[in-house]
Amino acid sequence: MCGIAGLFAKSPGVAEQLGEHLGAMLSQLNDRGPDSAGVAIYRDPVPAGASKVSLFSPDPRYEWGRVRDGLAGAFDGDPEPEVRASHAVFVVDAEAERAEAWLREHHPELRIMSVGETIEIFKEAGLPSDFVRRFALEDVQGSHALGHTRMATESRVTTQHSHPFSTGLDLCLVHNGSLSNHNRLRRELQREGVTFQTDNDTEVAAGYLTWRLREGADLREALEGCLRDLDGFFTFAVGTADGFAVLRDPIACKPAVLAETDDWVAMASEYRAIAVLPGAEDANVWEPAPATLYVWERALV
Amino acid sequence: MATETEPAVEVVDLEHTPLRELNARLHAAAQEPDSPRRWRVSNPGGRHAVAVGLDAPLEVDVDGHVGYYCAGMNQHAAVRVHGNCGVGVAENMMSGSVIVEGTASQSAGATGRGGLLVIRGDASSRCGISMKGVDIVVRGSVGHMSAFMAQKGRLLVCGDAGEALGDSIYEAQLYANGAVAGLGSDCIEKEMRAEHAAEVSELLARAGIDDVDPGGFRRYGSARELYNFKVDDAGEF
Repeated sequence: MCGIAGLFAKSPGVAEQLGEHLGAMLSQLNDRGPDSAGVAIYRDPVPAGASKVSLFSPDPRYEWGRVRDGLAGAFDGDPEPEVRASHAVFVVDAEAERAEAWLREHHPELRIMSVGETIEIFKEAGLPSDFVRRFALEDVQGSHALGHTRMATESRVTTQHSHPFSTGLDLCLVHNGSLSNHNRLRRELQREGVTFQTDNDTEVAAGYLTWRLREGADLREALEGCLRDLDGFFTFAVGTADGFAVLRDPIACKPAVLAETDDWVAMASEYRAIAVLPGAEDANVWEPAPATLYVWERALV
Repeated sequence: MATETEPAVEVVDLEHTPLRELNARLHAAAQEPDSPRRWRVSNPGGRHAVAVGLDAPLEVDVDGHVGYYCAGMNQHAAVRVHGNCGVGVAENMMSGSVIVEGTASQSAGATGRGGLLVIRGDASSRCGISMKGVDIVVRGSVGHMSAFMAQKGRLLVCGDAGEALGDSIYEAQLYANGAVAGLGSDCIEKEMRAEHAAEVSELLARAGIDDVDPGGFRRYGSARELYNFKVDDAGEF
């Protein structure tokens, strides 16, 4: 079991309270995933040529000022971090690839959670409702967001094993289910140059999407490839710079509910996580069909 | 003209009342003849296990969407959900009725032994999985693998059925009015005889559905080929 929540703001009012709404959704999914929680929030796009990096340090007294000073020396500008619990978000005045390479070289002790123009990822082991408080989600605004609550079934409970998993610039994946061919697929992807940081099955699905996108597939093709190349159970939610996508495996044992009003589009493992949203009782609610891709992006809504 | 007074309706608001208290009060009502027979539950908010384990001829109306296993193990009670249901509505129902005005998620009516489950909208996958005597009427369509391993009872679908309808069916009567995407292992189409047409009309009437032509239904059931192991198939294993 695990819990997934996704929220896409169609009105400014929902965008202003995006973090508060997402936090309420995640707290409803506490008992679907009491082991860990995580969110990907899309907000505050950086200027062209710059990039945004979310970093995690396991050291609670980590001095983020050292990273800031190093970045300021290596690149232009004054990258003051926004620190949230164990994470910090930096806006770097450099293309994503250069920023990431510099961080890997100079701060191998940090884990890069996400890189892109708008995405920020925060995740941590522990009860989701505690996570919502520690990371102060209630004051976060944004255009859309995904969240996950984890009940581990096949690998350890750590921050690194938590969802969302980054799958490329501004892309992330959350997963409810379990994959059975992830060891073989991980070896195949490693031969293609994809690197993995954990033994987690979802990280393999994320790596698969990264590889397909790198090879030229668009998001739709990459996700539809999952239906052929992944063996196991999954309900996936994928965050993109413009929105999110939902896909269930053909057996569709893992639950998913979609709902839409004039103000928002929401996706969740269960309706009770949607019931906390304003106007939920009058929303159009439905269950996504198996092996069918659903996509919401700003241009389409 | 003599007027009968409306029986009292006990209203329980799940926004303020814990779910366990609601279910405990419904269970206690079965033991106390003077307790209210009609109940109304508001603000279910997608909670799981609303009105489960009832064992008395109560009438329970639920105003809103519910989570998993609503009205599970029902005996004698008439539960009506004015909204959608999550996984496993009316699972293992023994008798009574459960009516869903909206849609139902997967495994609706699973393992039901008796009573009537009506879903006015669509039901998802595995509707009536392992049904053992319950009658299920779906005004809309059902998803894949409905009536999987069905043993007894009747599933009537006014719309379409997804892939692998009646897979590994033992017994049970399956009726579908619309398109069937595919029949599961050992499930075959069977002749509609007069008694089956009567059965369709009876189920529609009991479900309160009067806008569907009973003449359009087709019948599916067990070929009974999987009942016994055949030595000729030994090479398959």
